[in-house]
Amino acid sequence: MKILVPVKRVVDYNVKVRVKTDGTGVETAGVKMSMNPFDEIAVEEAVRLKEKGIATEIVAVSLGVAQCAETIRTALAMGADRGILVETDAELQPLAVAKLLAAIAKTEQPGLIILGKQAIDDDMSATGQMLAALLGWPQGTFASKVAIEGETITVTREVDGGLETVALALPAVVTTDLRLNEPRYASLPNIMKARKKPIVTMSPAELGVDPAPRLTVVSVAEPPKRKAGAKVASVAELVAKLRNEAKVI
Amino acid sequence: MIYSEQHRELMRSVTKFCEAEINPHVDEWEKAGIFPAHELFKKMGDQGFLGIHKPEKFGGLGLDYSYEIAFCEALGASRSGSVTMAIGVQTDMATPALARHGSDALREEFLTPSITGEFVACLGVSEVGAGSDVASIKTRARKDGGDYVIDGGKMWTTNGIQADWMCLLANTGDGPVHRNKTLICVPMKTKGVEIARKLDKLGMRASDTAQIFFDGVRVPQRYRVGEEGMGFIYQMQQFQEERLWAAAGGLVKMERAIADTIDYTRNRIAFGQSILDNQVVHYKLAELQTKVELLRSLVYRAVEEYINGADITKLASMAKLTVGRLQREVADSCLQYYGGMGFMNETEITRFFRDGRLTSIGGGADEIMLAIICKLMGTLPGKPPAGSNH
Ligand SMILES: Cc1cc2nc3c(=O)[nH]c(=O)nc-3n(C[C@H](O)[C@H](O)[C@H](O)COP(=O)(O)OP(=O)(O)OC[C@H]3O[C@@H](n4cnc5c(N)ncnc54)[C@H](O)[C@@H]3O)c2cc1C
Ligand SMILES: Cc1cc2nc3c(=O)[nH]c(=O)nc-3n(C[C@H](O)[C@H](O)[C@H](O)COP(=O)(O)OP(=O)(O)OC[C@H]3O[C@@H](n4cnc5c(N)ncnc54)[C@H](O)[C@@H]3O)c2cc1C
Repeated sequence: MKILVPVKRVVDYNVKVRVKTDGTGVETAGVKMSMNPFDEIAVEEAVRLKEKGIATEIVAVSLGVAQCAETIRTALAMGADRGILVETDAELQPLAVAKLLAAIAKTEQPGLIILGKQAIDDDMSATGQMLAALLGWPQGTFASKVAIEGETITVTREVDGGLETVALALPAVVTTDLRLNEPRYASLPNIMKARKKPIVTMSPAELGVDPAPRLTVVSVAEPPKRKAGAKVASVAELVAKLRNEAKVI
Repeated sequence: MIYSEQHRELMRSVTKFCEAEINPHVDEWEKAGIFPAHELFKKMGDQGFLGIHKPEKFGGLGLDYSYEIAFCEALGASRSGSVTMAIGVQTDMATPALARHGSDALREEFLTPSITGEFVACLGVSEVGAGSDVASIKTRARKDGGDYVIDGGKMWTTNGIQADWMCLLANTGDGPVHRNKTLICVPMKTKGVEIARKLDKLGMRASDTAQIFFDGVRVPQRYRVGEEGMGFIYQMQQFQEERLWAAAGGLVKMERAIADTIDYTRNRIAFGQSILDNQVVHYKLAELQTKVELLRSLVYRAVEEYINGADITKLASMAKLTVGRLQREVADSCLQYYGGMGFMNETEITRFFRDGRLTSIGGGADEIMLAIICKLMGTLPGKPPAGSNH
């Protein structure tokens, strides 16, 4: 079985993001970028499925600027076999990404697409769901455990009430939650081997998709700064403040 | 720019390794005064991190020195100076001479397991009476049949409590001090090796630093690294890598100290504004960051020239001098802007302040670096200190 793993290039999770002065988005110039952590979990799961002999090939796909090739290399160093870069400088929103991935899935015919439940930059949590809908495939989102037996994938999902287990017929789309696994760090020999693994580049036009945004960002603002605390003299005063000022009780 | 995509990938992987395998344990290891070197080194060996610049024949990756420096720079993500130093001893202080000059059999016996992480290595150069002045060491290895018999002692040996073997510098003859020394691989379990005490230190508290005595320690002469009498020369070559390592290792640590200080001072209000908004604070931090970038450029240039086969004694000494001084300046300035919290052990800057202090002393003190630079500039008056640590 072939597994397709979409990987997104995002601002590194360690970077404290700053809003651009014109409020149009988050500053990315000169900022350290890495693979979206949820996608790393997806790559790890795919590699484990390959190590178990269930998957035969892992294809990592990234969409966006030319530097997304680096994100693909990270996936290749972790154990993916080859990469596809859909290169565009245009802003890509979840629907466009889902359409592009669906187009790739039609030619690649994977048995499973596994991707992050959301990207840590815009927290949309929409791509996996849209992709499943476009392909007409079943979906298991927010997976904390997956098991494949024959033509069925069993996905344990983290939902508000606890854990829900669903069984899906393959091919299917799975999105990963934090607790699915702990991604490996690439070993140096694998990093050097990844250099020789192929990456094909294509454009949205070649895939017959118009990636133009459908949503307009009105403004991006920093969360309000934390204000200095205040001291209260008594419990009574605290309760009064909580009731009358904070209005939380 | 010396870094390719592969270098950056390696650095990403090393950063993650530090965050997952080192940083969660730092407080515990600092308290214990030691860290589990065998366990950690095995994990690093599995990742290929301990043999980056070592020959492939002995389990290394045979990559050029820029990869080693990328690894070292990324190790700055470790929040423990102790662990970083211990790794540096393993990869760039105790093993370069063996990798370069050792016989195949010797490299199989000591280098290969040091690359896989099974063996922990230490470097025995300094003695109670000879630190800067390496040439005046007293430890002696005399020939007896097919063996060397070693008497003497070593001081401040990093990894000394846990090491499986030592790259030992000893006198093997009575000739001139630069021609009478030999490097020898000494298994630490050998009879007569006495680990006298674990030293109590200002910083680097998770690193086991030992004083060690040798009393009639018998090892076969085939444990000699390269030629007899060449030990001092080999050690001086080995020092070049140690010094580049020290300089590269400080970069990310200093940047983190600066970034943490920005974060802290931005959120702390005094006199109606954030501490950071005082010009003296943000200007000073900008100046420190500038100096870090200058050092980075010097390191990269030295590495590039080193890879191209140039003698980088001067540049490596300048980089080592600069990192020692700059770390002290960064640590002291940042600590200052933390105010009272900068004096509290719960604040990480205090550990950097203590750990970073070593850099101006270990691996050749600042003054020794200056003496080397002066010698190469032709300004060192009189006779340079015979056989000093350079
Ligand atoms: C934590 C730690 C770990 C160490 N690990 C190791 C290790 O693993 N292996 C090892 O072999 N050694 C190790 N060392 C030893 C280290 O390399 C020496 O401490 C260092 O070289 C300085 O030598 P010294 O302590 O004898 O200082 P000294 O030689 O006594 O010098 C003292 C000071 O005098 C000044 N000075 C010396 N010579 C001159 C000069 N010519 N001109 C002007 N000023 C001068 C300098 O300020 C110098 O700091 C370690 C030391 C420490 C503290
Ligand atoms: C061991 C110890 C013992 C102490 N004992 C006592 C005690 O017995 N009683 C007591 O009342 N207090 C005590 N203190 C508190 C001490 O007086 C304060 O820590 C000190 O006044 C600094 O205040 P702060 O920590 O709030 O620093 P902050 O006010 O937060 O300042 C942090 C840093 O910002 C910089 N800074 C601040 N303001 C400016 C400015 N206007 N312009 C430029 N830079 C600025 C300075 O570098 C300063 O160090 C003690 C502190 C320590 C560490």
